[in-house]
Amino acid sequence: MVFTRFVELGRVVLITYGPLEGKLAVIVNIIDQNKALIDGPSTVNGVERQAISFKRIALTDIVLPGVTPGMNVKSLTKKWEKADAQAKWDASSWAKRRAVRAARAKLNDFDRFKLRKARRKVAHARHIALKAAKA
Amino acid sequence: MAKNVLVKGVPRHSKSSQYRRKGLQYIKNKTTTPKKSIVNKNGGKWYSTVDISGRKLAKKGRGTAVLRKSITKGTVLILLAGRHVGKRVIFLKQLPSGLLLVTGPYHINGVPLRRVDQAYVIATSTKVDLKGVSLPDDFSEELVCRPKAKTVGGKSEKAFFATKKKGRHAFPKPTDARIAASKAVDAQVLERVNKVPYLKEYLARGFSLDNGDYPHLMQF
Repeated sequence: MVFTRFVELGRVVLITYGPLEGKLAVIVNIIDQNKALIDGPSTVNGVERQAISFKRIALTDIVLPGVTPGMNVKSLTKKWEKADAQAKWDASSWAKRRAVRAARAKLNDFDRFKLRKARRKVAHARHIALKAAKA
Repeated sequence: MAKNVLVKGVPRHSKSSQYRRKGLQYIKNKTTTPKKSIVNKNGGKWYSTVDISGRKLAKKGRGTAVLRKSITKGTVLILLAGRHVGKRVIFLKQLPSGLLLVTGPYHINGVPLRRVDQAYVIATSTKVDLKGVSLPDDFSEELVCRPKAKTVGGKSEKAFFATKKKGRHAFPKPTDARIAASKAVDAQVLERVNKVPYLKEYLARGFSLDNGDYPHLMQF
């Protein structure tokens, strides 16, 4: 496997720290070794153009092709929509895992109990099916 | 301000003048001299430089505890202390003493009609609809108080050694009235509990934390 997830123009990143945590953004310029200029695009998800430390973002597999240094928001939005970035992200297992985790954190005590019950039921059914298949 | 020390070891003011400057004569009999008389001694024109506090009177006695907003009739609580620690119970009402009246119900998890302090419970967001559930007419807080222990075999030396192994105190069994009240309430509560799927199993299960469970981050 060759490593292909690079810091580059048009790379879609996930913000992992601060008030914008969990939001997506696109790298529109690279400032130095520590910081990049990102934009939501602000028209799409409200992340304004800003410098951000690489420590506070995680790179995703998605890249918008043809993003030029400091590209304006309007053109960037077009690129975003053309690449269908949001849908690609939502379909990724990373996003799905995040959604599940967020949903679980919201469960109350009773919900957690019911979830445990349901998981047991599934595991039990799987166990029986497996036994039958082996026999 | 003048130096308080002329040379090392030689203070500017003598011991007796220091005594006066510090006003020590007024605090010598601290507990017996009320502040008022000192202030008014010279026609109220000067104040003592020393605060002499009189004995403070106790303020009003503490009132009953204010019930947490998260606890309402039918709220499922998790007990954090006592012999039923970790069990999930249903809150019925706050008693005059400020303690919470709860029930397991007894049939489900062995918790009878009982009092607990709200400081030792976690209030969950789960509520059981207890509309119309009522306590018996003759219910009073004394009914669910812990009965006083009786010393077994009197206070003689012989009795002390004879009963040491078993324990010297015998707690009387719950009164018939208490059992009756518990049964009467539980019958009504059980009916409501059975209406909600999985609720009965939920109440029967104890609460515990697993690896990676952080109670301060969890929703209840």
